[in-house]
Amino acid sequence: MANGTIAMTDLPVPKAEKSFFEQSTNKHSGILSWLLTTDHKRIGLMYMFGIISFFLVGAIIGLLMRLELLSPGGKIFSAQTYNSLFTLHGVIMIFLFIIPGIPAIFGNFFLPIQIGARDVAFPRLNLLSWYVYIVGAILALTSLFLPGGPIDTGWTFYIPYSVRSGSNVSLAIFAAFILGFSSILTGINFVTTTHRLRAPGMSFFKMPLFVWATYATAWIQIIATPVIAITILLVIIERAFGVGIFDPALGGDPVLYQHMFWIYSHPAVYIMILPAMGVVSEIIPTFARRTIFGYKQIAYSSLAIAFIGYLVWGHHMFSSGQSDTSNWIFSLLTFLVALPSGVKIFNWVATMYKGSIDPQPPFLWVMSFIVLFSIGGLTGLVLGALATDIHLTDTYFVVAHFHYVMFGGTGTIFIAAFHYWFPKMFGKMYNLKFAKIAVVTYFIGFNMLYFPKFIMGYLGMPRRYYDYLPMYTPYQRISTYGSWILVSTLFFIVGYFIHAYFRGKKATSNPWGGVTLEWHIPSPPPVENFKVIPVITHDPYDFSQLKEMKDE
Amino acid sequence: MEANNKEQHIGYGTYILVWLSLLVFTSITVTVAGVNLGRYTLFIALLIAAIKSGLVINIFMHIKFDEPIFKVFIALSGFTLFIVFILTFFDILYR
Repeated sequence: MANGTIAMTDLPVPKAEKSFFEQSTNKHSGILSWLLTTDHKRIGLMYMFGIISFFLVGAIIGLLMRLELLSPGGKIFSAQTYNSLFTLHGVIMIFLFIIPGIPAIFGNFFLPIQIGARDVAFPRLNLLSWYVYIVGAILALTSLFLPGGPIDTGWTFYIPYSVRSGSNVSLAIFAAFILGFSSILTGINFVTTTHRLRAPGMSFFKMPLFVWATYATAWIQIIATPVIAITILLVIIERAFGVGIFDPALGGDPVLYQHMFWIYSHPAVYIMILPAMGVVSEIIPTFARRTIFGYKQIAYSSLAIAFIGYLVWGHHMFSSGQSDTSNWIFSLLTFLVALPSGVKIFNWVATMYKGSIDPQPPFLWVMSFIVLFSIGGLTGLVLGALATDIHLTDTYFVVAHFHYVMFGGTGTIFIAAFHYWFPKMFGKMYNLKFAKIAVVTYFIGFNMLYFPKFIMGYLGMPRRYYDYLPMYTPYQRISTYGSWILVSTLFFIVGYFIHAYFRGKKATSNPWGGVTLEWHIPSPPPVENFKVIPVITHDPYDFSQLKEMKDE
Repeated sequence: MEANNKEQHIGYGTYILVWLSLLVFTSITVTVAGVNLGRYTLFIALLIAAIKSGLVINIFMHIKFDEPIFKVFIALSGFTLFIVFILTFFDILYR
């Protein structure tokens, strides 16, 4: 075995070994073998079913909102129903889909494998965090049907309306409180796993960049989430007992609420985007057949983004009445985030330069991400500048910006990650031609849906209105047509994945020619991933291993 | 595991002493809340809270007797919290 090859000699997992689908980790079989499992891969898949279901529900609610906005005049829903719809869309997409999305599914499934471990550090805690997620989700759903009706405050639960609204605010935000614990438990698990369970030879700077990104994210989950927990409890106390903490009528400070909300929720934006950036750093080297450019800089930039992410929350509050001193300090700090983000984008592009690019679907999804995320990121600078922000606050421009970042960024990579790892997770290959068509229709639908919102926002269209002036009709129409294309594409994607699972061709253990550890084991992986824990001597993206991997 | 052995050396006496001092600090907080000290009220409350959490983290949570890596991480989290406080005060003090 050549110098630097991952020492896999005594680790050929026999071809006949049962996969984690076939072998239970407990004495049960059938559904109980899943519900009581401690296997990180099965838990990842259980998260997958929950998260994708909520994603599709959130998407359908978005579709209904767009339908309402097809023509001016408010014909389909009442204003109150529309208020509930955009709140539910936000709560579901943020708390049930995008925050847990990549870490809970792909982090659970691949973080242990990529560092050469058999499972996470606390497998039972891992299962508990899934149950906590489900309990939170059930509470959120229950709040819809109890007297008082669905929450109508917007996903930010701003004071004073959230204290005075007659809808089921307390239960809905308590659900977010519970979901936060799931996030914290997952974070603790990932930090401990990364520190304690790395295979021999895998120093921090030999870890794949997805692990780095998930590790940085885990720290944000642990440190930031308790802030939203205590904020939510304070709102509940204020609603239940009339204690004047935030409501100005009771002597409270509503701007304090916004501080506390965004002290969590801005770092949460990085909980959403960092793991996605990690996935990009996996996909680009694999399909450019070239080691990643600037490995250390990308790793450090994850930590830098995680850290600076704590210091910029005030940019959500430029028009809230916070002090002018705060405004310029937060504006300045906000511009700093562009630096580590730029480091990543430039390094990804430099990785592709003179690479041997194989434009398979996961790579095409990443290309789509780079365009959409760059638009989202750069329009963020427009909002980070004080003068322009005053004009654009609470308009469609903000809505367009964060959909480009969250959906165009994290959402696109969520789909890219499925295209990249689906063969490994399920041992089946999907239809590549369908996948390539989906990238194109997704990109067209996405831009039709969200780009007109930049223009409408600039012209003054406020967000969260169920009706609009006739001057916006052409833009609103294009946007609604885009939503039809986009949502059809999402169902098309789910459709060809389901088809691939049941009817797809069997996937080989390394269909893309990747070199990180997950591509060294069978598809789907066996229960404890590795028979013998590998000894790592290679850098994570050293493609000289490929030939030896083929010979093994 | 040496660290674990050290834990055994904390006697009940220490725990009770820490508990009593926490009670004393709590009563000081309550008393000070009734005295008008202007903008210093907040700083005194935060100072007392910091001392109390220092005691809890070091003694009750055994961090004082644990591996350095835990201290590093707690210090980093504390540092982040400190910056969050400073940035919030840029609003409160200059509003």
